[in-house]
Amino acid sequence: MISLAGRDILHSWGKYVFTGLGLGLLIGVTLSMAGIYRGMVDDGKALLANSGADLWVVQRDTLGPYAEPSSLRDDIYRSLLGLPGVLRAANVTYLTMQIQHGSQDARVMVVGIERGGPGEPRYLIAGRQIERAHYEAVVDVNTGFKLGDRIRIRRHDYEIVGLTRRMVSASGDPMVFIPLRDAQEAQFLKDNDVIVNERARVRTNPVLNPPGLPGMAETISRSQESSRMVNAVLVQTAPGWAAEEVAATIRRWKRLQTYTVPQMEDILIAKLIATSARQIGVFLVILAVVSAAIVSFIIYTMTLGKLREIAVLKLIGARDRTIAAMILQEALGLGLIGFMVGKTVATLWAPYFPKYVLLEPGDAVRGFAAVMTLCAIASTLAIRAALRVDPAAAIGG
Amino acid sequence: MSISPAQPAIEVHGLRKRYGTGDAAVDALKGVDLTVAPGEVVGLIGPSGSGKSTLLKCLGAVIEPSAGRIALSGKPVYDGGWRNRDPRALRRDSIGFVFQAPYLIPFLDVTDNVALPLMLAGRSNREARQRARELLTALQVDHRAQAAISQLSGGEQQRVAIARALANQPPIVLADEPTAPLDSERALAVVRILNEMAQHYQTAIIVVTHDEKIIPTFKRLYHIRDGQTYEETGQGATLAEPPAKDR
Ligand SMILES: Nc1ncnc2c1ncn2[C@@H]1O[C@H](COP(=O)(O)OP(=O)(O)OP(=O)(O)O)[C@@H](O)[C@H]1O
Ligand SMILES: [Mg+2]
Repeated sequence: MISLAGRDILHSWGKYVFTGLGLGLLIGVTLSMAGIYRGMVDDGKALLANSGADLWVVQRDTLGPYAEPSSLRDDIYRSLLGLPGVLRAANVTYLTMQIQHGSQDARVMVVGIERGGPGEPRYLIAGRQIERAHYEAVVDVNTGFKLGDRIRIRRHDYEIVGLTRRMVSASGDPMVFIPLRDAQEAQFLKDNDVIVNERARVRTNPVLNPPGLPGMAETISRSQESSRMVNAVLVQTAPGWAAEEVAATIRRWKRLQTYTVPQMEDILIAKLIATSARQIGVFLVILAVVSAAIVSFIIYTMTLGKLREIAVLKLIGARDRTIAAMILQEALGLGLIGFMVGKTVATLWAPYFPKYVLLEPGDAVRGFAAVMTLCAIASTLAIRAALRVDPAAAIGG
Repeated sequence: MSISPAQPAIEVHGLRKRYGTGDAAVDALKGVDLTVAPGEVVGLIGPSGSGKSTLLKCLGAVIEPSAGRIALSGKPVYDGGWRNRDPRALRRDSIGFVFQAPYLIPFLDVTDNVALPLMLAGRSNREARQRARELLTALQVDHRAQAAISQLSGGEQQRVAIARALANQPPIVLADEPTAPLDSERALAVVRILNEMAQHYQTAIIVVTHDEKIIPTFKRLYHIRDGQTYEETGQGATLAEPPAKDR
């Protein structure tokens, strides 16, 4: 037996290719949406993997430092170092901001790190780590900067001494690493006008500047102006210690919120990007419904155009099964063309997305299965119409 | 008369067909008797609404008669119900159809259109195409064997349709106004081909027609009026050799 569907597709290949192309663009959008979601998850995972931390110690009752703001005094890490199971601990600050790059604006995450501590980028693709205490930066290549470029953050210029790759915030913004002190200033230090005003206010307040206690106002002002805050402390556990065990110790004795890697992953993926994920999920469902509607409409009209041939086939003894298989195979053929086009265009346009689009082979396989299933379901309408055809229609009145 | 007394290809007795029920019922066939011998071509004529198409559909196992008997090559296939086989298989193996328009499958080439009934009957592609080519040769369209249907002339398409009807070597072929859209030259050519094929393959052919041009060619005619058949002897006019262009 020859393949009736195959012959029909070959005979009207133009129609199939154009329809498949249209369907393929739609499937390409669907695959890209899935890729955007995967990219977001992967950005979160990259953030955690590249942070070099086993534990995040943050302000109590917060989901910091990525999902919620968190601030801690910057001397806490010293007391953490004394706890059992803590190998290394380092302060870190995170600040998402706009920076100027040439004539363009870019959104980056400025990370304040301590030299040699957890939190320092582990792999550089060019240049070196930050060695001086001030005004040096290591940046992700995605910022577009090159070694030796200068980058302005708040009031200071930084020289770029090293480049990293795939160092991004949970929302996909490339990272800029600068020394912790500079970062603390950038984030917490008030500007000069505010400082002058605050000092005047303290001086004129009789409670804060009582007569007979000359040093007091000065002391209060100093403490107000301090930038000795950080967003989190990154902790590496000693070999042989379970992360959860050490975290429990920190929670108990330091009364600070402490997250392990799985907990942090849960915060980033289940909480931080949950809304975006649902957004994408709804979009995927809509795209699936639209694609199925299109396939079913096309197969239905193609079948209506063949009703006379179907009546003749039935008259000369073709089984219902043969006719149903023909229509099903045509729908699957359309799905196959659509999927191949979709996979190709999704791969072609992925690099043009500003954020990371991760096209997982697993998603492609699942997408293929979904397309084929949808096409099969979509063909039922046409199959029902074909099976209702009366072979007597071929003879006429 | 040319009826072979031994075994008619098709034998019909008291065939009735009623459409609908109750007040709306239409008795389209009211006891039709008809016999056609192998190799014979008979005409079936009658006014509009007399039941020609209904009879053809009953004989072709497309609709089920209400009462009566049909036997093919001496074997009863209907007597108050289809015997043994489902009507679809009966159509496939024992009945060929030729319509007013060729109704070929546009996405299959000429050979595969003719081979299709054989393939549907479970023959291998090779065997089916082999037989299709033999038929195309007999009908003198073998030079178009690989062509697409849309590239054939109307007369060529009708000959391919006749080849398809003969593919499974059915004992009977039912033709419903096969010459209606053709001019008289081509119409006579089709009738001549049907006669040749009937002779060649010993097939019984029933031709429903209104066509005044071809009615004189039948040796035997059935007149159907008000749901009943009346047998007539036709003129059996000899068919002249066709002009070369139609070959
Ligand atoms: N499906 C049907 N349901 C009800 N009545 C029908 C049906 N088909 C045909 N009839 C009736 O049966 C009678 C015979 O119809 P049939 O189609 O067999 O006539 P015909 O001889 O082929 O006519 P024509 O030459 O116009 O094609 C007509 O009265 C017609 O109205
Ligand atoms: Mg009719």
